[in-house]
Amino acid sequence: MEKQKSIFASIDWVTIFIYLALLALGWMSICGACYEYGQPRDILALASFDTRTGMQLVWIGSSILLATVVLLLDDRLYDTFAYLIYGIFIILLFITPFLAHDIKGSLSWIKIGPFSFQSAEFAKFATALALAKFMSSYGFKLQGSWKNLSLCITLLILPMALIVMQKETGSALVYISFFLMLYREGMPGSILALGLSAIAYVVVGLRFADEMVFGETTSLGLLLVMALIVIFVIAMIISYTRPSALQGSAVGEIRNASQTYRRALLDTAGLGLGTMLLLVLFAHYIQPINIGPLFLAICVLISLRLLWLGFTSHIYRYCLIAVFAVGSIGIFYSANYMLDHLKEHQRARVQELLGLREDPNGVGYNVIQAKIAIGSGGLEGKGFLQGTQTKLRYVPEQETDFIFCTMGEEQGFIGSAIVLLLFLALLLRLIYLAERQPYTFGRVYGYCVFSVFLFHVLINIGMVLGLMPVIGIPLPFFSYGGSSLWGFTLLLFIFLGIDASRVRYQR
Amino acid sequence: MANNTLSNRKYVLGFSAILIIAVYIVRLFTLQLMSDDYKQRADSNALMRRIQFPARGAITDRNGKLLVYNQPAYDIMVIMQEQLGVDTMDLCNSLNIDTAWYRRRMVEIKDRSRNPGYSPYTQQLFMSQLSVEEFSVFQEKLFHYPGFYIQKRSIRQYSYPYAAHILGDVGEVNLDDIKKDDYYRSGDYIGKQGVERSYEQQLRGIKGSEILLRDVHGRIKGRYQNGKYDIKPIPGKNLTLSIDFELQKLGERLMQGKLGSIVAIEPSTGEILCMVTSPTFDPRTMVGRQRGKKHQELARDPMKPLLNRAIMGTYPPGSTFKTSQALTFLQEGIITPQTAYPCSHGFHYGRLTVGCHGHGSPLPLVPSIATSCNGYFCWGLLHMFNNRKNYKSTQEAMTVWKDYMVSMGFGYRLGVDLPSEARGMIPNAEFYNKHLSNSWSGLSVISIAIGQGEVTLTPLQIANLGATIANRGWYITPHIVKEVQDDTIASIYHKRLFTKVSPIHYETVCDGMERAVLGGTCRSAYTSQYVTCGKTGTAQNRGHDHSVFMGFAPKEKPQIAVAVYVENGGWGATYGVPIGALIMEQFINGHLSEASQQKADAFANRRIDYTGYAR
Repeated sequence: MEKQKSIFASIDWVTIFIYLALLALGWMSICGACYEYGQPRDILALASFDTRTGMQLVWIGSSILLATVVLLLDDRLYDTFAYLIYGIFIILLFITPFLAHDIKGSLSWIKIGPFSFQSAEFAKFATALALAKFMSSYGFKLQGSWKNLSLCITLLILPMALIVMQKETGSALVYISFFLMLYREGMPGSILALGLSAIAYVVVGLRFADEMVFGETTSLGLLLVMALIVIFVIAMIISYTRPSALQGSAVGEIRNASQTYRRALLDTAGLGLGTMLLLVLFAHYIQPINIGPLFLAICVLISLRLLWLGFTSHIYRYCLIAVFAVGSIGIFYSANYMLDHLKEHQRARVQELLGLREDPNGVGYNVIQAKIAIGSGGLEGKGFLQGTQTKLRYVPEQETDFIFCTMGEEQGFIGSAIVLLLFLALLLRLIYLAERQPYTFGRVYGYCVFSVFLFHVLINIGMVLGLMPVIGIPLPFFSYGGSSLWGFTLLLFIFLGIDASRVRYQR
Repeated sequence: MANNTLSNRKYVLGFSAILIIAVYIVRLFTLQLMSDDYKQRADSNALMRRIQFPARGAITDRNGKLLVYNQPAYDIMVIMQEQLGVDTMDLCNSLNIDTAWYRRRMVEIKDRSRNPGYSPYTQQLFMSQLSVEEFSVFQEKLFHYPGFYIQKRSIRQYSYPYAAHILGDVGEVNLDDIKKDDYYRSGDYIGKQGVERSYEQQLRGIKGSEILLRDVHGRIKGRYQNGKYDIKPIPGKNLTLSIDFELQKLGERLMQGKLGSIVAIEPSTGEILCMVTSPTFDPRTMVGRQRGKKHQELARDPMKPLLNRAIMGTYPPGSTFKTSQALTFLQEGIITPQTAYPCSHGFHYGRLTVGCHGHGSPLPLVPSIATSCNGYFCWGLLHMFNNRKNYKSTQEAMTVWKDYMVSMGFGYRLGVDLPSEARGMIPNAEFYNKHLSNSWSGLSVISIAIGQGEVTLTPLQIANLGATIANRGWYITPHIVKEVQDDTIASIYHKRLFTKVSPIHYETVCDGMERAVLGGTCRSAYTSQYVTCGKTGTAQNRGHDHSVFMGFAPKEKPQIAVAVYVENGGWGATYGVPIGALIMEQFINGHLSEASQQKADAFANRRIDYTGYAR
């Protein structure tokens, strides 16, 4: 009894309010998306269990129930059973493809009685628990320990691989988001930076690969990527080898360091970037020639120069930066090769995202129709149940992956901006809550929740807005379906439960 | 310290979240508020504009008898993008067409040079004007043929097999029509002949549109905003013709088996009471999909049934023209009513002879008109053209003469409200200078005095001459539409046009025409019920003479002026006079007497053999 009292006194009502507001807006969007033209518009008809709107009400009701149950449970259960829960879900994920019914090529749905559920949606919280448990173990340190980092990565790679086997690449990609949590917990920022720069090379390189400039001689993609590499290299020189950054490290010769730093900066920024600029001006104004190979040569020369500087000054960070530059070139050249080895529909989606495909009836159709639906909403939208694009089924998968279209069309800029701000409020609140956890377990779990929500919002809404590739993952609390709603509710409320019990430890 | 650095990473993560949401809000802003493009594309996605065709105006005769009305018909439309995969054979069987036609039609639809409005996403006309029966067969199987739609239209129906040339017909617009007037889209109907064409603007009405919601599969889901933005079509205006249907019917009966024309005009208004051309055809055969075939068939007929001889046929007016000569000579002071010219079986001057039938000689004007004396009018023209007191030269005399003719409505189109009116021919001085190499005199053109030679008129112009004489010197441009519903007819159809001749001279000519009926060439037109004025014509041509009559009745307060032209009918008295008399009787009395009825039956059954004449 005392526990209950304390739970409801110390629970974070702000998050619960945001959660309920998103549920309400989500149900409105489901109404808009599932409404059949000509149906009666009264609330009873919308709540009828024959319809998807009615079913979604059932999911919402049961989610709230589930949330309450989770809050009533003792938070120590999660700590105690974290590995067990993780193990159960790993087994479940493993057997899912054998039990699953093939739904549009996906093997992720398990049927129990009249209900189907997606084990992948629940594995997220299990993985988060396991990571939290592992990282809060005695003496655990992520910073500086490659072994611990690789063990963490193993914990999240395992469910990811199993989900890929269910042919749910989108759901598997969600696990990448845990790297954000790892970053917060001490993973070197350079790993994140490397990952992001690799994505930048691939995206920019492929997007502009076939765009020829300077009299059709030079591939713009190559130029941009080489320039990006030099810029990244300069950024790395500034952040990792400037004399102040070297203090406290194993480098002895500070005097030497400052001189080498200036030389490295001058050579890369001045000679490297400067020569690139001159080449562009030459090709543009004087003689249109293919300057791509020259750009490549500059990058290689910079790498060699940094390597030389590193060995002569014994500041081996320069060598690592040189390795980064060479690796970047490698990533760029293997991007096309990688693209060829994606599955057909995935390649199409990547190409569509990069603007390499412009066929409105092909893969891009979804995105174009989504943009039309949202764009036609204007400032105030067309009104509840008044959208034409979603009502008349121009937007595909509009009640699941493309649910945000309904918001955009019916509630306009105001409504959709409110949704985005609610998500932002939730994300910031999660950081705040995670940071106030007295123990690592709570903080790690909290950042896992934050990372998962950030990834879903980033990818789902970005895809609907035409900024991200079409990766089929749901928008939390909006997309139709019990599995995802239950999954997100569990994920969030386990954290709220943990957060609410922090009082006990403080006393 | 290290932990502090790590703790600072929360700002990196928080800032990333803010950045992402900020980018997305900016993106939303540009999508939703910066451009109307998406709104328009949403509309073109979901909104389908469907044309609502207005009902075409109905056409009645002057007594309100319904002549033309509308009947539902069905067009088959196709959306190219959606029709892929339809079983062609099955479709062709249901529509009773062959696959070759189907393939040709599909190519035609896609040909933008012929079908400028083509789009694979909108409905295109595939086949027009299915009857109710054909439609019901097709409708049952429509669901087999995705991409094919039915559009309800109305087609013209004609109550009676008469007045085909007046009423005209409607057909699909051609490329020229679409280019000239952007009201039309491929597959629309337009008036092709008759008043259907000349009053197209009034009859067609204004198209409306309804905006429908269409789902991604092209299915109609309802009206956009409950029809708030729909535009109701405005029906075409009804026309009341000046035609008296009974008169028209009688005229067409009388002209059976003959080539030629009857035109009757109400002199006081210029309204055309009947306009018969023969041979004619049944307008009821010119509707629906047979129209094209039937039209071709008629176009190939050597008797030219498509030609509206009343306004398009140009004929020598023969002796009916003498009235216009008498009026000119009187007004110019060449003759007085008392002037008498000799005639001994014709006009003789040097070696030139214009023959005439036997009658007393010399004769003054009135009996000359009554007996249709050739000699009198030849002498009159000669005296006019040789009169050097009034005119400096023959050319000048010719010009004065021509101006008189033109003032009577000859030589130019009268301006009737029907398409393709011919102007006839009134020669002028330049014409003869050119063709007779300047060395011509009154004598060389003498035959124009008796309505022969170069002079040609349309039957309408001859009837209008009758109306002008009946009015004693003026006419109103003849017209066939009496009223347009909620509208006025053109002002020219109210305006009196005066000739260059004084009314007093017209009285003299009227007396002559009365005498022709009382005891001259038009005796058979005599009736005790009213005073009839008439003038025969026997127009010479390569074949047998044309039988012509021009007259009006009653003499005072005339109700009807009529011209009858029977090609190769012989003497004016043979066909022209009796037919003209029956027309006048029918109109003035509203019916034919027993005796006249029998006469009418007899004339209806008389046929002229045209096989001998090369046409």
